[in-house]
Amino acid sequence: MKTPIYGLMAEFDNPTALASAARRAREQGYRKLEAYSPFPIEEVNEALGQHQNRLPLLVLIGGIVGGITGYLLQYYVAVVHYPLNIGGRPVHSWPSFVIVTFEMTILFAALTTVLGLLGLCGLPMPYHPVFNVPRFALASRNRFFLCIEAADPLFDRFQTADFLTGLEPREVSEVAH
Amino acid sequence: MSKPYQYLDLAAVRAHLGSSRGRDYWRSLEELAESEGFQDMLEREFPRQAAEWTNDTAGRRHFLKVMGASMALAGLGACTRQPIETIMPYVRQPEEVIPGKPLFFATAVPVAGIATGVLVESHMGRPTKVEGNPEHPASLGATDAIAQASVLDLYDPDRSQTLTYLGDIRPWSSFLGAAREALNAQIPKGGAGLRFLTGAITSPSLADQFRTLLAKYPAAKWHCYEPAGRYAQLAAARQAFGQPVNTYYRLASADVILALDSDFLCTGPTSVRYAADFASRRSVRGNQIAMSRFYAVESTATPTGAKADHRLPVRAADVEAFAAAVASSVAASGAAGSQTATGPHAAFIAALVKDLAQHRGTSVVIPGEYQSTAVHVLAHAINAALGNVGKTVVYTDPLDPNPVDDFESLRELGQDMDAGKVEMLVIAGGNPVYNAPADFGFTQRMSKVKLRIHMGLYADETSEFCQWHIPEAHFLETWSDARAYDGTITIMQPLIQPLYFGRSVHEMLAAFGETPSQSPYDIVKGYWNRQHPGADFEDWWRKAVHDGIVPNTALPAKTVALKTGAVTPPRPVEGQGIEIVFRPDPHVFDGRFANNGWLQELPKPLTKLTWDNAALVSPATAERLKLQNEDLVDLEYRGRKVRAPIWILPGHANDSVTVHLGYGRTRAGRVGNRAGFDAYALRTSDAPWFGSGLAIRKAGSKFTLASTQMHYDMMGRQIVISGTVEEYRKDPHFVKERAEEPPKELSLYPGYKYEGYAWGMAIDQTACVGCNACVVACQAENNIAVVGKDQVQKMRAMHWLRIDTYHKGSPDNPETYFQPLPCMQCENAPCELVCPVQATSHSSEGLNDMVYNRCVGTRYCANNCPYKVRRFNFFLYSDWNTPSLKLQRNPDVSVRSRGVMEKCTYCVQRISEAKIEAEKEDRTLKDGEVQTACQGVCPTQAIVFGDINDSSSRVAKLKAEQLNYSLLAELNTRPRTTYLAALRNPNPEIEKA
Amino acid sequence: MSDERRNPVIAPGHTFATVTDKISAIVLTRKTPTHWLIPFAVASTLLMVFLWAVTYLFVRGVGIYGVKIPVGWGWDITNFVWWIGIGHAGTLISAILLLLHQTWRNSINRFAEAMTLFAVACAGMYPVLHLGRPWLFYWLFPYPNTMGIQPQFRSPLVWDVFAVSTYATVSLLFWYVGLIPDLATLRDRAKNHAARIIYGILAMGWRGAASHWQKYETASLLLAGIATPLVISVHTVVSFDFTVGIVPGWHSTIFPPYFVAGAIYSGFAMVLVLAIPLRAMYGLADMITPRHLDNCAKVMLATALIVAYSYVFEAFIAWYSGNPFEMYAIWNRMTGPYWPQYWLLIFCNLIFPQVLWLRKIRTSAFWLFIVSIDVLVGMWLERYVIIVVSLHRDFLPAAWGMYSGSIWDKATFLGTIGLFFFLFFLFIRSLPVISIFEVRTLLPEADVTEGVEK
Repeated sequence: MKTPIYGLMAEFDNPTALASAARRAREQGYRKLEAYSPFPIEEVNEALGQHQNRLPLLVLIGGIVGGITGYLLQYYVAVVHYPLNIGGRPVHSWPSFVIVTFEMTILFAALTTVLGLLGLCGLPMPYHPVFNVPRFALASRNRFFLCIEAADPLFDRFQTADFLTGLEPREVSEVAH
Repeated sequence: MSKPYQYLDLAAVRAHLGSSRGRDYWRSLEELAESEGFQDMLEREFPRQAAEWTNDTAGRRHFLKVMGASMALAGLGACTRQPIETIMPYVRQPEEVIPGKPLFFATAVPVAGIATGVLVESHMGRPTKVEGNPEHPASLGATDAIAQASVLDLYDPDRSQTLTYLGDIRPWSSFLGAAREALNAQIPKGGAGLRFLTGAITSPSLADQFRTLLAKYPAAKWHCYEPAGRYAQLAAARQAFGQPVNTYYRLASADVILALDSDFLCTGPTSVRYAADFASRRSVRGNQIAMSRFYAVESTATPTGAKADHRLPVRAADVEAFAAAVASSVAASGAAGSQTATGPHAAFIAALVKDLAQHRGTSVVIPGEYQSTAVHVLAHAINAALGNVGKTVVYTDPLDPNPVDDFESLRELGQDMDAGKVEMLVIAGGNPVYNAPADFGFTQRMSKVKLRIHMGLYADETSEFCQWHIPEAHFLETWSDARAYDGTITIMQPLIQPLYFGRSVHEMLAAFGETPSQSPYDIVKGYWNRQHPGADFEDWWRKAVHDGIVPNTALPAKTVALKTGAVTPPRPVEGQGIEIVFRPDPHVFDGRFANNGWLQELPKPLTKLTWDNAALVSPATAERLKLQNEDLVDLEYRGRKVRAPIWILPGHANDSVTVHLGYGRTRAGRVGNRAGFDAYALRTSDAPWFGSGLAIRKAGSKFTLASTQMHYDMMGRQIVISGTVEEYRKDPHFVKERAEEPPKELSLYPGYKYEGYAWGMAIDQTACVGCNACVVACQAENNIAVVGKDQVQKMRAMHWLRIDTYHKGSPDNPETYFQPLPCMQCENAPCELVCPVQATSHSSEGLNDMVYNRCVGTRYCANNCPYKVRRFNFFLYSDWNTPSLKLQRNPDVSVRSRGVMEKCTYCVQRISEAKIEAEKEDRTLKDGEVQTACQGVCPTQAIVFGDINDSSSRVAKLKAEQLNYSLLAELNTRPRTTYLAALRNPNPEIEKA
Repeated sequence: MSDERRNPVIAPGHTFATVTDKISAIVLTRKTPTHWLIPFAVASTLLMVFLWAVTYLFVRGVGIYGVKIPVGWGWDITNFVWWIGIGHAGTLISAILLLLHQTWRNSINRFAEAMTLFAVACAGMYPVLHLGRPWLFYWLFPYPNTMGIQPQFRSPLVWDVFAVSTYATVSLLFWYVGLIPDLATLRDRAKNHAARIIYGILAMGWRGAASHWQKYETASLLLAGIATPLVISVHTVVSFDFTVGIVPGWHSTIFPPYFVAGAIYSGFAMVLVLAIPLRAMYGLADMITPRHLDNCAKVMLATALIVAYSYVFEAFIAWYSGNPFEMYAIWNRMTGPYWPQYWLLIFCNLIFPQVLWLRKIRTSAFWLFIVSIDVLVGMWLERYVIIVVSLHRDFLPAAWGMYSGSIWDKATFLGTIGLFFFLFFLFIRSLPVISIFEVRTLLPEADVTEGVEK
């Protein structure tokens, strides 16, 4: 169901305020809320109860796949595809294959990290409603925002606004779609 | 010094060739225009352009371009066509050309008139490679470096290509006209004004032509001049025996050899045979020990001296005194026991004479070709006293039908020219303007001659002073015949029609005589027909031409009595001070090969110099005169002066300077021009080979010389393992103890098994005389590029096979060792391991293959090669432009391009060809069926190649020898090429002293 | 913590706003300062020299360099190893120091990483340029081809290809990920519309959401964890180019650690060579403080000692091994024709840097600059000595020769220096040289004061 607005946003001017605001909002029972800050703040994540993170698992898998690919590539080339007597060494001279295997592991792991990050964050995202709030530009400078989304069951355009105002923000503004 | 090395500057070369091609073809076009054959080719091939020809200039220029191209084609056409006359392929193959199947033809390489029999490989009618003729006495299947390189001369784009009169192109016919006119003028005078000047000539048919011509012009004279002739030998014969005789030696039956300043192993037309015979007596196999003992007394250090068991450096002038001392004590030892000689080398002489005396009839004394008459006479005397004559020393009638003292002959000619007696001078071959003695003023005198005609391979210094120049046909382009050192005659057959429309001396003489249009074929065959009349002549002819030797033409041994009083008491060495020694260059000889890139770039024995000659001095003398390598000095000798760079040569006699002739050419061609300095400028007729009174003044500047080796010291490493026969007798394992080979089990990896063929090579360092023939053979066989002085000096020479030279002991008189170094074909090849693109890998037969078109050129393999045998194309070294040079290439070997690595392949193309043949006949290869190029030409058979899995093969047997070792064995590279330690057989009495 | 107070990693009095504005101003300012223009012009000129040299190289062939048989590698590979070495500091700072929670790194990691990228770019040139047939360099990569042949995976050069290209890729990713939040800042602060669009695209819609920050932090830690072994491996692999060879002076087990230390050594030297003028030019002295210089100097001193140890041990082992070739190789370095290079390298890398024991020097921008230049020279000489001096006299004296770089070797080297600074100055002008969001976290006001009880 389409809500008239995306949500309500409160602006704070220090991380402490944001952290406590976030905690109070959670206690109030709000679940669909998000904080915006110019740098990472662990307390806020805790306050918002954001814990689980699948990135490390992805990276582990990526790395393993990379390693296997690397070794198989060399094995195939040296043993199956075109076996040659190189300096009297056996065609399957595994010690020489360790390095490329290692590098491939690293490469794949790194790629999965970055792609995983973007994927999990849903980036790149050309448009997002929060940008409709003019002062939101400061979120990347020195302001801290808490946004309660209209999709939240407890959301009520007026009560939620009152609630946010109660948190002594610099100001509360509506976020248009 | 940049000019002669245009080979490097590709842009320049391309430009140069471009322009020169245009001009040349314009020339040849004009010339050819005479022959109607060309006319109708014109019609046939270029009707449209021919129309354009009449139009605007642009059209004409275009036409000429096309014509240029067409001429290249025409040239090629001429090349891929065999001569019309029937020539005899050497092997019993179907005689018509099978594409891709080379044929061999027997002929001979004449140098200074004397022939070495060879077989020339011909691909589709293109002679590409010279091999020795096993049935020829002077070859026994091997050749020297010069013979190997002679095929390049054939294709030299700088050879003169047009007959000229005062520099303008003239047809042969107009030359004939002019000549006839002049000759007719001579008839009444009986040819009083007619003179011929040739080099040494041993050709019976040519001599016959001269005889008939001189019969017609009784007052005419035939002069001979060889700048590096064998004057002393002839003069000595006259002095000793009262008649000219030819001398040669049977070294195979000599137990003790004394060389008096003679480089008999590497210089002269007999060297190949001598080296073979010498080596046959210098071999140690298991307990078969056949070691002769060899003493060398020499002024300039030579490879021959390097092989000596005892070497004594003395000034050239002092050799006579030494010989006299030996002679007297030998004479004495003949009578009453051994008498003690006096003088500086008394002990040495005493021991030497004792040794000689113990080997009467099996010893030999060899005087240097470039020593004085007196030394030769003394040698005759000693050999006679030792009863060697008829055993190790053989006398025969002279080889030249016209045995004259070259200098006398030339002097006489000079006087006649001064007297204005000479109206018509015909110079056939030779280059007197360049190489006549400095005191003759030959050039000025020539101007007094009305009509001067020069025939030669090149439009050289001499042709510049002659009205007429006639391009001469290369010996591979025409019929002739010549004698070998022992008189054996070879009928030389052409492998290709003259590339540049050259004519042979036979033709010119015929033209002067009654039969102007006679072809060399008719002349030579006609002559032999007269010698062998009868029905069987055709068969006889076929056989003689086919075999490359005319049966029983070796001159019979001749007994000559030593005239009493022939031996004159030794003259006191006139004039003290520093002595100058003249020698023909080991590679460009008297200068006639100056434009041969292979010979120019071939590192000279011992000095390892390329592209230049230098003034060679001993270390001590250099120290005394404060000279260093590459110092420029002014050599002043008898009022004449040249500027030369110094090169210090260990083992050279003190107070003596050796200069090599044959450099400083001005009209040799692109390769030879302005290389080195002209030593002829100092050479006078009364002291052709050495003389005292040389003044050396430092010029203060330096001159860069391109030497391919900087370090001659083994740094105590086991590189050339050497010892004496005595050591070997005591402990045959001494070599193995020095070169520790790691056991196979040492490796972590399981070793490869090589079933079937496993190619390997063994090189006997006792036999190798460092003559360089193998290096040129390799270059010819494998299309190896010439890179030029600048690149050689940057250490980028391309030779796949190099001969490393090491000195041991004091620099004044070191022991010297030669180590031919091809690719070792390591089983655990370090080069293969590091190649990132698998451009070099191992074949199932153990060859270290190089895949040129896979190579990207990281040069990692070269860095990792402990033997540094890999060569890299830093630029585009191969000449991809000159059409004539393309004809020389071996079609079985790819021509390498810029940026790829290359190296010795054990002549894999030869292996494959032989294997295909064997497979066709469903058999395996026999030992010796595949010969590498280097092995094929080696006079001493120091290089042996074959299948090491076949225990009966020669190479397998050699590898089983106690003397066999791997170079740098401790690296566990497991080289397939191994070495036999170098052994000497010193005289214990001298060793003690 | 006393050290903290004596010289903090960031000067007092800064707020989120001030740091943001100050750093982003360098990029967003309308007028380009002359102290940027002049060095940029110089760098561009050198870049032209590079293009000229490379063109001539492709036309004539690698023969224009001084290389020969026996010295198949000269300036080309020396420069390759030198640049790669320099390229190590960036990732090291951003990865290892991150794992070690060295927060002071926050204000230097950005341009250190940029330096890494550009150094690796320069290094990457040489393996291609030194080839006899450079246009075929791609044959070193495995790819399906009609020749039916692939790279030879036992060759250290192939290992190089994988190590260096992986390193370049990972460094780039690491750098870019680090840039995203700052790109967002620039997007939000740019006045110019075009700039907005460009930074907007590059920022990929980053909005600093807490949930994103959480994943972002994990990602950076993971990348750091991955990059750390990588950075160690890269120079190890480079050292394999030599150790796998059998050339005396190359074939040595000590090389990998020794090369890595050397790499960090020269890397930090280059960081200082860049940082010292930079902080002066743009008045960043209060973010790149004496504390940073001091720490870099300490790292240099430490690595200098490791390198010194390696030199001594190399010589000792050569003697102890009793292998005549090894012994001669070292002896030839010290007393052979190239002795000046060897002893100069000893002075530059061992003796002179000992001044870093003095706190006065470690905190003096001027002196540090001098020492850093000296170290860069020394490290170049080290590679030259290892490569050239080992090759020019190996096993068979008959094959020995002398080497000297040609004018084209030198032109190419100058050229890559030009390329390096060309790229670096472009970076200064278009991206924040200091990581803004990481500096924010260094500010006192960044700490959440009132505890969050559950």
